[in-house]
Amino acid sequence: MDTDLTSIDIDAVIELMANKLADQMKRKNIVEPLMIGIHTGGLWVATKLHQKLGLRKPLGEIDISFYRDDFTRIGLNPQVKPSHIPSEVESEHIILVDDVLYTGRTIRAALNEIFDYGRPDSVTLAVLVDRGARELPLHADIVGLELDLSPEKQVKLTGPTPLALETNRS
Amino acid sequence: MSSSKQPASTSFKAPDSSRLQLDEQGRLRHFLTTDGLSKDILTEIMDVAESFSSVGQQAVKKVPVLRGKTIVNLFFENSTRTRTTFDLAAKRLSADVINLNIATSATSKGESILDTIRNLEAMQADMFVVRHSASGAAHFIANNVEPHVSVINAGDGSHAHPTQAMLDMFTIRREKKVFSSLKVAIIGDILHSRVARSQIHALNTLGAKEVRVIAPKTLLPSDTDSLGVHVYNDLATGLDDVDVIIMLRLQRERMGSALLPSEHEYFECFGLTEEKLAYAKPDVMVMHPGPINRGVEMDAAVADGPHSVILQQVTNGIAIRMAVMTLALGQAKGAEQ
Repeated sequence: MDTDLTSIDIDAVIELMANKLADQMKRKNIVEPLMIGIHTGGLWVATKLHQKLGLRKPLGEIDISFYRDDFTRIGLNPQVKPSHIPSEVESEHIILVDDVLYTGRTIRAALNEIFDYGRPDSVTLAVLVDRGARELPLHADIVGLELDLSPEKQVKLTGPTPLALETNRS
Repeated sequence: MSSSKQPASTSFKAPDSSRLQLDEQGRLRHFLTTDGLSKDILTEIMDVAESFSSVGQQAVKKVPVLRGKTIVNLFFENSTRTRTTFDLAAKRLSADVINLNIATSATSKGESILDTIRNLEAMQADMFVVRHSASGAAHFIANNVEPHVSVINAGDGSHAHPTQAMLDMFTIRREKKVFSSLKVAIIGDILHSRVARSQIHALNTLGAKEVRVIAPKTLLPSDTDSLGVHVYNDLATGLDDVDVIIMLRLQRERMGSALLPSEHEYFECFGLTEEKLAYAKPDVMVMHPGPINRGVEMDAAVADGPHSVILQQVTNGIAIRMAVMTLALGQAKGAEQ
């Protein structure tokens, strides 16, 4: 099952995500959500979503390196970037954005980090790609693209311009 | 004169720490001195510190990265600020911290230090943060710890104080962005200052345009020439056109009375006042590692003035220490090999 991922129009997928998000916000009565992108790919997707949805609260960015569960095994990612959440998290509706949802460990770390900034009223997870093979009981609320990939296959978002998906066997 | 310099210049003999502090992959394992570390490593320390600086903005000022690690602050010499910031840095990383203040006499070195270390290792310590009045103490401990244990030098005699130097570099970089255009003047007791020595190595490695030291001849080490600095004996010429002024604390506890006539006279010649500040560039930044002797090293008006970044240095010190601790403990040694 070798889908040609490189030919996928990422902008169209993000457009689809934006529409789904707008619907969901309307249904849940969320007026001014706070969007947070996960470094680095998630932030690229979040930047586009933030713009398409015309959100008023500035975009937040987090790097989950200090919250990873594999620090004792693989050590620190030296390319770690500062996290920056420009407004209050407390009692806000958060839209958390990542590029690829895989094991769920990144999302677990991101949730922990967000909660260290305050207690949000809700968190909605939006991902560009859900590739399956979850190791934690997490799911995304908004999915741009569902892929059923064998575990040894990796999918990666490259960017920021243009955004494209890349696969390689690990 | 030369005899009064003797003890200081022997303790300045730097142990060869540069190889000891890196693992086989060239990553930081111990942090003992800035001497011999590459520009890449110094830059990496500052980059990681930049990422840690946002932790102070969180409601819960903590990240779980060193959860389950045990860090021992081994202070054989008194210190409030340095110990507090190491303590806080370790706690913000979620490590467990033990603070040991060990009063030592000159005779209880050697064996007793190793005994202390063995005991703490038996309690599964992962890192020692060491301050000691003897040069080379942290190096000695690093040479004798188990392979999974890291050592950070929090000041050894008049040899090195690398985390202070790196927090100063970090403060300069945050303010001035690049080092290559900077003229930096270090003023004061260069002879007894482990901070100055670590700063000079770091500034030269990071490519500062010019590093100057400004001090009375009696407070300069005999090997100043080999340090890669320009020496000035008066403030007016030394401060001309500089971007950064780093004041050092007069270490009265380390000084024989013969080196300085009086604090008053020192202030007259080398104390930083607003008048003298005018010799430097208009956007000069003024730094001091603390604690300040107001009216001896600098005027209160300068210490509290618009050029001063002294309190930023304290805040940045926490981020730098978090970075060094995480890098040294995050090199995946032992655990999964």
